[in-house]
Amino acid sequence: MTAPLHDTPADADPTEDVAPAAGAGVRKVEGRTLKQIAWNRLKRDKVALAGGVTVLLLVLVAVFAPLVVGLLGHPPDEFHQEELEDLTNLPKGAFGGMSGDFLFGVEPNKGRDIFSRVVYGARISLLVAFLAAVVAVVLGTIFGIVAGYFGGWIDALISRVMDVLLAFPQLLFIISLVSVLPDELLGLRDNGVRIAVLVMVIGFFGWPYVGRIVRGQTLSLREREYVEAARSLGGGQRHILFRELLPNLVAPVTVYATLMIPTNILTEAALSFLGAGVLPPTASWGSMLRDALGTYEHDPMFMVFPGLAIFVAVLAFNLFGDGLRDALDPKGTR
Amino acid sequence: MNDDVKGQEMTTPAQTPAQTKGASEPLLKVDGLVKHFPIKKGLLQRQVAAVQAVDGLTFDVRPGETLGVVGESGCGKSTMGRLITRLLEPTGGRIEFEGTDITHLNTGKMRPLRRDVQMIFQDPYSSLNPRHTIGTIVGAPFKLQGVKPEGGVKKTVQEMLERVGLSPEHYNRYPHEFSGGQRQRIGIARALALRPKLVVADEPVSALDVSIQAQVVNLLDDLQDELGLTYVIIAHDLSVIRHVSDRIAVMYLGKIVELADRKDLYATPMHPYTKALLSAVPVPDPRRRGVKSERILLRGDVPSPIDPPAGCRFHTRCWKATQICTTKEPPLIPLATGHQVACHHPENAADQAPEDTTLLSAAKEAVEVVTVVAKAEEEPTPEPPAKRVEK
Repeated sequence: MTAPLHDTPADADPTEDVAPAAGAGVRKVEGRTLKQIAWNRLKRDKVALAGGVTVLLLVLVAVFAPLVVGLLGHPPDEFHQEELEDLTNLPKGAFGGMSGDFLFGVEPNKGRDIFSRVVYGARISLLVAFLAAVVAVVLGTIFGIVAGYFGGWIDALISRVMDVLLAFPQLLFIISLVSVLPDELLGLRDNGVRIAVLVMVIGFFGWPYVGRIVRGQTLSLREREYVEAARSLGGGQRHILFRELLPNLVAPVTVYATLMIPTNILTEAALSFLGAGVLPPTASWGSMLRDALGTYEHDPMFMVFPGLAIFVAVLAFNLFGDGLRDALDPKGTR
Repeated sequence: MNDDVKGQEMTTPAQTPAQTKGASEPLLKVDGLVKHFPIKKGLLQRQVAAVQAVDGLTFDVRPGETLGVVGESGCGKSTMGRLITRLLEPTGGRIEFEGTDITHLNTGKMRPLRRDVQMIFQDPYSSLNPRHTIGTIVGAPFKLQGVKPEGGVKKTVQEMLERVGLSPEHYNRYPHEFSGGQRQRIGIARALALRPKLVVADEPVSALDVSIQAQVVNLLDDLQDELGLTYVIIAHDLSVIRHVSDRIAVMYLGKIVELADRKDLYATPMHPYTKALLSAVPVPDPRRRGVKSERILLRGDVPSPIDPPAGCRFHTRCWKATQICTTKEPPLIPLATGHQVACHHPENAADQAPEDTTLLSAAKEAVEVVTVVAKAEEEPTPEPPAKRVEK
């Protein structure tokens, strides 16, 4: 901060220089909150901003998938035999049949619009990745803060559970779990069951990462004198955990959640690729890659687009998360 | 407060006649206070030893006075502060606040008492939550204690901010917008918000700039007069302690070795450790430059509080140590009016164990006396390895 010690507005924005006109002696004292500082820093980080815009775009595309597809494509489950060569069942034309009508070309054999399927695939991928991150963050924060604050045998127990989960072969576990799963579970059917299972399992195996970070932060934060000050004022454990410690954990947890989403996207893609994801004909990026595997020698473009989608999404989230971490780090240069 | 009359004129408007000096009960009574931190090892977390941070403290704090506590790092003075504010659970002994035994009160029972006993912390950078506004921080005592002040919390907090020399407009700002001295003022405002009776200040100025130290110390002084506070001020800076205290307790390795009025302590220190400490204070007086002053340099380190020396804890570094010092622990007894000392062979007072005159061999090398001829350019000239101090 450059001039926080005087009664001048800390924000030296010339547009805010209305105070002197308002009258002498009643100059408004305006400090910048930590959020404003972080936002200002983020605004200056062009790479992170580009990542953030891409993320936003992907989310919008996923949310408004029917609209996007309605404007620029064909229904994702519609077969277009007329776009395929009769003999080979490969798309007509170069680059997998890319044209103004079919932006990303068509699938070999079935002739479905790849663009539409990538757009609808974003829904599944992002939904699973987001929800799994939420599950991981909630579980991780609760267990991490409890382990870090109370210590002792509680910490020992939670830490060992985290170690076990981190050592657990989650891919194998999910594949075997999916194979024994009933079609109907708790009122959910087919894809509902698959998505719920993916979210719960990816989230469940993800929380120890968040938990470790939160535990470590809590260990260092609980020794701060403001925690002692709260205790000396008569603050109970609930006050200390939720009012004193939690606000200081929001920043690292947010950053970690943003960096966790790309990992979840990859995990979801891997599971779909292995056949443990959503059921066909629903599209997801991972299952599209698997479909493309059979014909990649003759039609590589079918593999390129879902792969590109995964790549762009993961990269964008990572760049944004990195920028967010730098912006929220109080020790960073401003 | 540094006027010598201060001791006699402690009566402040806030005090009732019954609380005036002399006739009053001590506000805080500490008797044989002990805190051992266990050291655990192995799979079963067996206790193998204990850090004897505080080992038997007995003292009173009278209403309206300032008790200074000095000692070098690790002597247990901060632990003492956290014990009397009950942030730590004592291992033994007894703490009485206004006649109530608070030694082992649990969090819930302690809560109402927290209004009367408050603490000012050492590090102004870690004692304020960076995610809270100043208003939230200084208003926290009201919220946590369920107190609804007249005119609302916000108004009271703003008044408090003004009282400690900040602007009421700082209410909505965050700690990172303030300097160290301003943050310490915020910490003081928080501690005094509920008008406590006893304030324990743990190194309140040691983290601050020297120029700011004076401001904060004087602020504490003024607030004491205005609000009728009683202070226990913990510090390692002897000049700060001299400035603020009415009485001073000197601690060494978890024990009080000397407890006396400020004047007595500085004029006639009785414990050898106190003497050594005082001799180390630089004299910031240019007119006394060139006057010879002798500085007692203690040799060696403070022994480990895990395994403190038997008998007198200072005997390993004392130049007057004799046989009795290694075996018998000297009790803290008054050797003059209001001057308690724990030493077998005190300075400026009658020897408590006159029959024991043979010095320990270690004692002969315990100290080095450096004569400082503080002329402008001259380097301090250490005398050739001095044997011992003249009596």
